[in-house]
Amino acid sequence: MEAQKTNINSESDYTSIAHSAAFQKLLSEKKKFIIPVTIFFFCFYFALPILTSYSTILNHKFFGSITWAWVFAFLQFVMTWGLCMLYSKKAARFDELANEVVEQGGHNE
Amino acid sequence: MNTPAFIMFLGIVLVTLVITYYASKKTKNASEFYTAGGGLTGWQNGMAIAGDYMSAASFLGIAGAVALTGFDGFFYSIGFLVAYLVVLYLVAEPLRNLGKYTFADMIAARFDAKKIRGFAAMNTVAISIFYMIAQLVGAGALIKLLLGLNYTTSVLIVGVLMTVYVIFGGMHATSWVQIIKAILLMGGTFLISIIVLAKFNWSITEMFDQMKTATPLKESFLNPGVKYKIGLDTISLNMGLVLGTAGLPHILVRFFTVKDAKTARSSVVYATWIIGIFYVMTIFLGFGAAAFVGNSEIVAANPAGNMAAPLLAKAIGGDMLFAFISAVAFATILAVVAGLVLTAASAFAHDFYNEILRKGKASEKQQVSMARWAAIGVSIISIILALGAQTLNVAFLVSLAFAVAASANLPVIIYTIYWKRFNTTGAVWAMVVGLISAVGLVLISPNVFSPEAGKAIFVGNPIFPYTTPGIVSIPLGFIAGYLGTIFSSQKADVKKFEEVLVKSNTGIGIKG
Repeated sequence: MEAQKTNINSESDYTSIAHSAAFQKLLSEKKKFIIPVTIFFFCFYFALPILTSYSTILNHKFFGSITWAWVFAFLQFVMTWGLCMLYSKKAARFDELANEVVEQGGHNE
Repeated sequence: MNTPAFIMFLGIVLVTLVITYYASKKTKNASEFYTAGGGLTGWQNGMAIAGDYMSAASFLGIAGAVALTGFDGFFYSIGFLVAYLVVLYLVAEPLRNLGKYTFADMIAARFDAKKIRGFAAMNTVAISIFYMIAQLVGAGALIKLLLGLNYTTSVLIVGVLMTVYVIFGGMHATSWVQIIKAILLMGGTFLISIIVLAKFNWSITEMFDQMKTATPLKESFLNPGVKYKIGLDTISLNMGLVLGTAGLPHILVRFFTVKDAKTARSSVVYATWIIGIFYVMTIFLGFGAAAFVGNSEIVAANPAGNMAAPLLAKAIGGDMLFAFISAVAFATILAVVAGLVLTAASAFAHDFYNEILRKGKASEKQQVSMARWAAIGVSIISIILALGAQTLNVAFLVSLAFAVAASANLPVIIYTIYWKRFNTTGAVWAMVVGLISAVGLVLISPNVFSPEAGKAIFVGNPIFPYTTPGIVSIPLGFIAGYLGTIFSSQKADVKKFEEVLVKSNTGIGIKG
């Protein structure tokens, strides 16, 4: 990010950037991605303690002596790594959009 | 005295002091002292985050918890890892873009009010000291067992080392001690895991089969519900685990050691891989200890199971592996306490002294010198408290730190970044209510009151039924922030929020 080079100080600059089309686009794309994924991972995460506390469904065998509780626990790791990589990929696009905002912000001065 | 262990402990002390010597040459100004000049790369900071995070409570505590309670112990591993999604998705990048040296800087980027900075700094110091007492008590017990030194001497050794790293080497020394510790811890844990797996004929299914008969719990070892029998207690624990990390000041300051949000992001990704692989391996540590050391021997060494990992190393690899793993545990404690001292000292010197007392006008030299004195002060307070806390359960102090972080810090962080109407009254309410409810509920919880003598600090019936306060205190923190905001007569400063929104999303105006 070339942020250090742009020289934006006054409040009105921030307001004009905040209302610019480029910035609004960045925000709405971020929201569309971050809000649903955050809701998903909280649900997935709390499903494990809720299921282990209020049912015995996860005590059934998956393979040999390994029960579904351990499988679900391991899936939490897979989910975390997977969503980490997904975020990195999406964030590359957010960086592009943010750069556009920064460039246009510079022009406005 | 265990000679190989003594030599390896000495080796770690020497290596870390050499690092500190080189780091001290670079530590010339406040920025170098607090954040290593913001010059760490993504992988360096990722390793340092991992080194800062995988504390003695993780390494010794979770291995013991899995060994003694099976699946229920593994809840900690899951929660501690998934917590990084909260950090990555909601906190890391805005934090880097808004803050400079401390977590309070970020709140101050939106609200230029001294009392808010003061409360944020106070929470930072409180959380860091709770956390540090836990690590020091663990360190004292470990060194006492391994080297035969008494508890007071052991705590003093760790206390002096952590102070030396921080006052001479600042964030440079702290970061490199954490990076080296992360490598040692991953190496040691991997070695044990491989040997354990070999002993089960390289078969995960055989390992699970054998665990059904290896412990006094028999088949229920593999099922949830051994330790956490009350549903809401389990959920409360998990809430604290998953939401606490994103409010822990010593983790948050690590994001100021990189140059921009992009590097902050990549450091979380590296950290998540390292931490995740480590927590998967806690299964092998726990199962291995239960199978090859045995329940009674683990409990005999320490009722909470804290010696399970070193005892496992001895059982499967003899004295050399035992010495190595013990030295790794020692390095683990040093790296974590150094990070905590630095964080608490930054809150004193940067927030209280420079920003509040001197109105941001202290010279670089004054700032660094105040930070060094603050580090000495924080260390002395922690050492004194740790000496008095020898008999306290360390896991309880760590869970308290997580609960305060999730209840008092996280609501303010989230509202500051994302909520337009949020104001100073809401921020103060959230921090005060979060802190008081988390600490207050712990004081009336089963950790402090137990009907059975010797199980807790006092004999009596706990008023609050759950072992962790999260399920009540975290929502209270968020609700207090909300109510404080809407009942206050202050108008929302939309312009300031727009500035924060632009800065946090684009990095414009970033302070390097």
